Amino acid sequence: MIPTLREFLAIDLAAIITACLCALACAIVGNFLVLRRQSLLGDSIAHSVLPGLAAAFLIVGSRGSVPMFVGALIAGVLSAILSEGLRRFARVEAGAAMGVIFSAMFALGVLLMSLPRMRSVDLDADCVLNGVLETVIWTADASRGTRVPAVWSDLLDPGVLAGAPSQLLTALVVCGVVIMVVLAVFKELTLASFDSALAGALGFRPWLLHTVLVVLAAAASVASFEVVGSILVIAMLICPAATARMCTSRLRTQIALSGVFAILSVLIGYLLAGFGPMLLGYHSLALSASGMIAVAAGALLTGAIIFSPSHGLLARRIRTLRLSVAIAREDLLAMLYRVEESGDARSLTLHHARLALGGGLTTKLAIRGAIRRDQATTTPGGLALTDSGRAAARALVRTHRLWETYLVKELGLRPDHVHRSAMELEHHTTSAMADTLASIVPSTTADPHGRPIPGDRPRGNPPE
Amino acid sequence: MLGELLDILLFRAGYTAAVVSAGCTLLGIAGGIIGCFALLRRRSLMGDALAHATLPGIAGAFLLATAMGSMLPGVLSAKSLPVLLAGATISAALGVLSVHAIVRGSGGRIREDAAIGIVLSVFFGLGYVLLSIVQALPGGTQSGLKTFIFGQPAAMSVGDAMLLAAVALGAALAALLLYKELRLLCFDEGFARVQGWPTGALDLAMMALVVIVVVVGLQAVGLVLVIALLIIPPAGARFWTDRLGTMLWVSAVMGGASGYLGVSLSALLPGVPAGAIVVLVAATLFGVSAIAAPRHGVLSRWARHAALTRRIWVDHALRALFEHAEDGATLEPLGTLSREDGRRALSGLGGDAAIAMLRKRGFIDARGDIVTLTSSGMAAATRAVRNHRLWERFLVLHADMAPSHVDRSADMIEHVLDPALMQELEAALERDEAVAAASRVPTSVHPITPDRRTPGGATGGHA
Repeated sequence: MIPTLREFLAIDLAAIITACLCALACAIVGNFLVLRRQSLLGDSIAHSVLPGLAAAFLIVGSRGSVPMFVGALIAGVLSAILSEGLRRFARVEAGAAMGVIFSAMFALGVLLMSLPRMRSVDLDADCVLNGVLETVIWTADASRGTRVPAVWSDLLDPGVLAGAPSQLLTALVVCGVVIMVVLAVFKELTLASFDSALAGALGFRPWLLHTVLVVLAAAASVASFEVVGSILVIAMLICPAATARMCTSRLRTQIALSGVFAILSVLIGYLLAGFGPMLLGYHSLALSASGMIAVAAGALLTGAIIFSPSHGLLARRIRTLRLSVAIAREDLLAMLYRVEESGDARSLTLHHARLALGGGLTTKLAIRGAIRRDQATTTPGGLALTDSGRAAARALVRTHRLWETYLVKELGLRPDHVHRSAMELEHHTTSAMADTLASIVPSTTADPHGRPIPGDRPRGNPPE
Repeated sequence: MLGELLDILLFRAGYTAAVVSAGCTLLGIAGGIIGCFALLRRRSLMGDALAHATLPGIAGAFLLATAMGSMLPGVLSAKSLPVLLAGATISAALGVLSVHAIVRGSGGRIREDAAIGIVLSVFFGLGYVLLSIVQALPGGTQSGLKTFIFGQPAAMSVGDAMLLAAVALGAALAALLLYKELRLLCFDEGFARVQGWPTGALDLAMMALVVIVVVVGLQAVGLVLVIALLIIPPAGARFWTDRLGTMLWVSAVMGGASGYLGVSLSALLPGVPAGAIVVLVAATLFGVSAIAAPRHGVLSRWARHAALTRRIWVDHALRALFEHAEDGATLEPLGTLSREDGRRALSGLGGDAAIAMLRKRGFIDARGDIVTLTSSGMAAATRAVRNHRLWERFLVLHADMAPSHVDRSADMIEHVLDPALMQELEAALERDEAVAAASRVPTSVHPITPDRRTPGGATGGHA
């Protein structure tokens, strides 16, 4: 039962756009929260808005958007102030201070919600957690001349736009404000997030920027959570920013990426919740949209942690593996060179080479790599160096023995203690460094163990 | 209403209510004890993440048990509490592991605070997705799973309450048995490891106890608020004491009282989720502690601060009078000066008001046009001036500071020098002739100019 275009435009489109705008606003602010290690501020604000909503309703007596927004905003900012006050004046640890304040405020909210006067309202703690995304729909109101979009081009019709759900408009305004404020104080926010002390010394006021951030976070959360629920607010404040952080180290790119991830989670989550069960054959089943969006955001984050090309788990593992394969290959070449040097007619067998390099995948890749680069070949007796391999191996052995000499002569280490250090250093020494080493220990032709130090050109062609 | 409350408080409102009440009290005690260790380990909000992470476990266990129950009717009831709590425990444990996995897997790019928020929201979102499946099941809307979100002790059976009480008691006893080890872990993890304690396992044991309290607390206070039982009583107890043993007792009493009073009150207010009332009782106890606790409460801290400020003010005022009188152009005996001079000396500290204040405290006599330091005023002034000048001298002779730079720093430190330290200073400066000559008050190391005669200055800043 795939919906018709008309159904999609009237029912799903408004919800999707609203959720996207909310997610975008939260994600942008979230970047700074994650950076400043204040992610849980969002958690705290999202729990604390409940009493603000209830109080606004009790005072104003209606469920208008503006009083609700103001009440929730005040409560959100108040919770941040109270936690900070507890931390500073009563010396309660930051995490615990937040926990005390937000659980007490949430409890107060639940209490207010259950007052008899509040019973009549379609506002309960459950909808605050889960949101009412499913009720954000285009409504036709003949008296105001608004109508529901039927085709895509209707979206440009003023009559249709006037009938857009109020939550959509709130989300649009808040998202716009968040983007404008962040653009306006981007430089200062960045500075204060990375180096609050420097910001203070340069004459900015870190506490003021902190306040701006808290108010922005509260505004973004409050605008969002009435629609998508507080779970999703927390997810959107943290997950897209964390996902983007796994993909880049530049703040601008991170913020842009976090916006993309936020919108992507909304699309994936909403479509899965609405149409996923249908595809599996359960036509009557609709899953919680905001829950599914949070799950989608979590899935994207998991994907980024594992597969991100720059900082992901897999990329890090592959980099480590490459490095250890390269080191093992160099060790193999040096080993073959030493066998040749010993004058033994036998060559190193494949089996012994594997044993010497420690075996396993690294060894296998190292041997294969040496052969593929034409540095070693397999002979009937085992492995042998090619000419280019011999040149590379000679350079390595030269570096190794130069290091040993240097460590003994210049640093005064004992000859039987330097092999291991030289083994490690030789892989990270450029040829220029090796030449400098050679100039430091100029007249030496043999290493501390008495083996000759190869020249920097092949034998038979000695340097002048 | 009052009689009813009394009945409930005295366990006379029926067997079930009494068992539920006792169970919630024990839960509060267990939360208070275990929460102390979590607070000191700075793991308070980790509990919040794993409380939210129980939801998918509960809903998942319900779905699984329903599916298996339809295959094996009569063997397994989907609503059986142990099944649901087992699911909750498993997913809470997965939540803890996920926090670690995110921090480690991201190579430290995602910090623990963000990881906690991620686990909390994503697991809770998954829980809501599963709940929406449960509610689509025939009879799913009556599954009662939502009571786990806000808690509903009134819906507990005697068996449930007994289970709750037994597990809470066990957890509290386990925490007390591990007291020595957990204390070591909280205060000096490195030392514990060096001593050979398995710190990883102990950390795990602590988190396991937190999970147990959260899971058994679900039915009573609900998963959004159960964390409060682990945070609020310990944070409140912290105001009363600096000793862990005492803190555990205070925290356990606060937690127990919150559970007991909260559940009793909620029996009278059937429309209000009990968890909210339990938490508000705990928050009230916390608020009272934060304000009134004698050790670290805000009031006592303010009082101590005010007393210190007052002492500093008196020191400065008396020193100003003394130095003005010493400056020549004064009347005999020492410490007597005209009211006009006195007012001028104290101009930065309040002028006439300062004279009145010092007089009220018995430090000066002000008769007619003459202001005289009384004997106690003279003693206090002598001590203040002596402290100030000895410290200045010490800074000049031993810290190589220029005489023109020492006055301000001496202004700050002179009030907190105790007699023993002064004696040491005197001994260190013994060879200094100025000290030897004026046996009580050494001369100043710098000229005392009129514009800086009021210590602290009119602006009050130590620029």
